[in-house]
Amino acid sequence: MTWLPLVSLTGVGTVISLAVIGGGLLWLLYRSLLAKEVDRRIIFLFIFLSVAAPLLFPITFEEEATPVVKAIFDRIESLPEGSRILISFDFDPAMAPEVQPMAEVVTQHCMVKNHKVIFMCLFATGQALLTQSLDQIMSEQFPDKLDGLDYVNIGFKAGNEGVLNVIVSDFKKMFPTDVNAVPYDSIEVFKGIRSAKDLDMVFTVGGGKPGVKEWVLFVGDPGRVPVAGGVAAVVAPQMYPYYPKQLLGIMGGIKGAAEYESELRKEYPQFEDVDAPGLRMMGPQTLAHMVIMAFIVMGNIAYIVQRRRDGQRKRL
Amino acid sequence: MKRSSVIILSVVLLLFLVSWIWKASVLGADPEETNVWGHAFGITFAAFLTLAILSFLYRDNPFYKFAEHLFVGVSAAFWMVMGFWSTIVGNLVPRVSESLSKFFEVPFDKFAVNYFYFIPVILGILLLFRLSRDGGWISRWPLAFIVGTTAGLNFIRYLRSDFIEQVSSTFVPLLVDWQGFGHFIANLNLSATGQLALTVGNWVIFLGVFCGLVYFFFSKEHTGIFGAASRVGIWILMITFGASFGYTVMGRISLLVGRITFLFKDWLGLIS
Repeated sequence: MTWLPLVSLTGVGTVISLAVIGGGLLWLLYRSLLAKEVDRRIIFLFIFLSVAAPLLFPITFEEEATPVVKAIFDRIESLPEGSRILISFDFDPAMAPEVQPMAEVVTQHCMVKNHKVIFMCLFATGQALLTQSLDQIMSEQFPDKLDGLDYVNIGFKAGNEGVLNVIVSDFKKMFPTDVNAVPYDSIEVFKGIRSAKDLDMVFTVGGGKPGVKEWVLFVGDPGRVPVAGGVAAVVAPQMYPYYPKQLLGIMGGIKGAAEYESELRKEYPQFEDVDAPGLRMMGPQTLAHMVIMAFIVMGNIAYIVQRRRDGQRKRL
Repeated sequence: MKRSSVIILSVVLLLFLVSWIWKASVLGADPEETNVWGHAFGITFAAFLTLAILSFLYRDNPFYKFAEHLFVGVSAAFWMVMGFWSTIVGNLVPRVSESLSKFFEVPFDKFAVNYFYFIPVILGILLLFRLSRDGGWISRWPLAFIVGTTAGLNFIRYLRSDFIEQVSSTFVPLLVDWQGFGHFIANLNLSATGQLALTVGNWVIFLGVFCGLVYFFFSKEHTGIFGAASRVGIWILMITFGASFGYTVMGRISLLVGRITFLFKDWLGLIS
């Protein structure tokens, strides 16, 4: 077990940017000790630097999947080839940087395991993101996979929870065709699937409403369908109570995506050269969190110093 | 308009034009690119809007206001168009009219024809009475239908998933996979899936739920053992809020990374 993540700092740029940020923080600490106020815009500038520097001069970390993420990976891994998995892109462009990597990495995993995948979305704005991801992954990494035979895109359907309430008993009623107007009955992936209850697994990615919670409430629990979720970090704590009984696994925020990408690379080395946005984003994440923690510490130091000075003044 | 405002506006417009021309020249090098000027304008405008929104961090300004108003306006228009095409054309038309289905080029499903779908159409029209000063009260009827249906639909689901299943999930074994003390010591490890971690985890769930409930029980004074349990309850709540705050920070940073990646990659081409 490695206690410290393996850090690979590449290039002088990384060292210089870290030195600038570290030096700046020390200067701010010095000012705090002198009880001088720090403009809020200085804090914004430091957050910008801590995010921008690792993007320009990448800092990478090794991730290890936590049990809650590993449970999703193991489930997809253990399903027999050709299992029917539904992946729902329940997010909009505002959430995309955080949750799209989850949807993409699970798609890659399902494809490499030769599962049959049904793609859909409950967000109108998710349709374009779904098509974009699908086109990119299929054309670049799985050109041999065929639309309709190995996967199908049934797109967006208006109705929020109402859609889920219907597909749990009748899929065709809600989705008579796929996005290319191919009738339900002539799509190979749907052979033997009458409702969501016939699916081997559902993986839903989102952070709003309808999202993972609605899938649990309207499909997972009433239909006894195994549901796993990838959620925006903001809602992740609200999803943990559903694990492991109602949700078989959770990917919380970009950290969850990075853990899954790491696990996929470990198991399938062919993905080593494929872009892993989750892992790429962990550099800026880590540095930004360290800067925020430094500001919290500095704020507290300044508060204690100020209080002590006020106490001394009162005694005088 | 003040002289300084005119100068700032001119500089921003000039920078926009320079960026547009430069981006077009970069995209023009790609032989597969068919709409160079349009694509370059899209990227430059998106970058301008990103910077306009971020400029609020410095202070409120007209560029931020412009981006904010544009976002609200475009969103409203987008949802109106989406509502028409996805709900009326997508869900209603194929179930009520063959000729309309042909007109809108959506597949007509004769087996799904059901004239009960006209009821929501009528209710939808009644909702628009909200715009009328005298007939505004009529819109309360469809609204009452929406609220009632949603409440009825959600009541059963929430009762099952958020109450019964959650209560059942709280009944966890306090000694996980217990096969005696010797076996426990022999297999002692700090793995997250090990017996010790799972047992401690279940104790945290049990005590957390119990003490959290005690904190919200106001029929007895919070003193003595009851008070101690209540204080543990408040600590549990604080830790939960802390975890939520931590996750929120992570989420916001991810979104910032997404925007800065767009600026560096798609706009400036600094990273590949």
